[in-house]
Amino acid sequence: MPTESDETMPLRTSDDVVRVRQAVRARAVSAGFSLVDQTKLVTAASEVGRNTVDYGGGGTLRIEVVSNGRRRGVRLTFTDQGPGIADLTLAMKDGYTSGSGLGLGLGGAKRLSNEFDIRSAPGQGTIVTLARWT
Amino acid sequence: MGEIPILRIGDCLLVSIQVDMHDRLALALQDDLTERIVADRARGVMIDISALEIVDSFIGRMLNNIAAMSRVLDAITVVVGMRPAVAITLVELGLGLTGVRTALNVDKGLALIRNIIDNPERDDANRIR
Ligand SMILES: Nc1ncnc2c1ncn2[C@@H]1O[C@H](COP(=O)(O)OP(=O)(O)O)[C@@H](O)[C@H]1O
Ligand SMILES: [Mg+2]
Repeated sequence: MPTESDETMPLRTSDDVVRVRQAVRARAVSAGFSLVDQTKLVTAASEVGRNTVDYGGGGTLRIEVVSNGRRRGVRLTFTDQGPGIADLTLAMKDGYTSGSGLGLGLGGAKRLSNEFDIRSAPGQGTIVTLARWT
Repeated sequence: MGEIPILRIGDCLLVSIQVDMHDRLALALQDDLTERIVADRARGVMIDISALEIVDSFIGRMLNNIAAMSRVLDAITVVVGMRPAVAITLVELGLGLTGVRTALNVDKGLALIRNIIDNPERDDANRIR
């Protein structure tokens, strides 16, 4: 699968989350996403990026623009070395939060993406990969 | 005080969010607005989000909180100008802005606030369920 662009950004502060939203928007535009598709991807990125900062103790986001010959897509990989998640099923549940959020971030990001994968274990950090296609 | 100006129109407050807010700024706006509702004895609060390209669960929670707080302080909050792509995305995110009244634009928002102040018994009909 050819990669058209590949960049990695830091995710340490809530200002970084704003920068991530802007960078993901720019990539979604360059991949030819419709306005609604751009909005869905940026919203998913904002949710997962905030988790990386708030719960993961900071980390990185890798943004790739990919193509499968027929369609173009944007793939986002959020990585942190934080405490990890003991119960992934619980964390994915709408309404579950260990903080003061609405508990919609992970479930919502999954619904807003065409592909969604989360890997985590206590003490091992968390990796969330999601993608959306044109 | 945050960096987002709060304007006064008669007995209403108007906030027009023109920047992509980081989370602390959104929390500061929530606090500033609550203080201003009391200080200005405002009856209505209008939040213009027509410049916002996304509303995620954090901003959604802020809008819910402002609406709930203003209700306690006997003021009415109306969110105006939500973009269609944002509305579509909010539904998929799973965020119902229950209890947040919405209007198409600032004029319609002001009219809605006036209508509710003048006809408090019809208030419920204007609320999203
Ligand atoms: N990167 C992460 N590291 C550790 N825990 C996480 C991470 N991301 C999510 N979580 C856990 O999953 C829960 C649900 O996340 P989310 O659905 O975004 O809701 P919220 O952010 O409102 O709590 C969080 O409250 C937290 O306990
Ligand atoms: Mg979250």
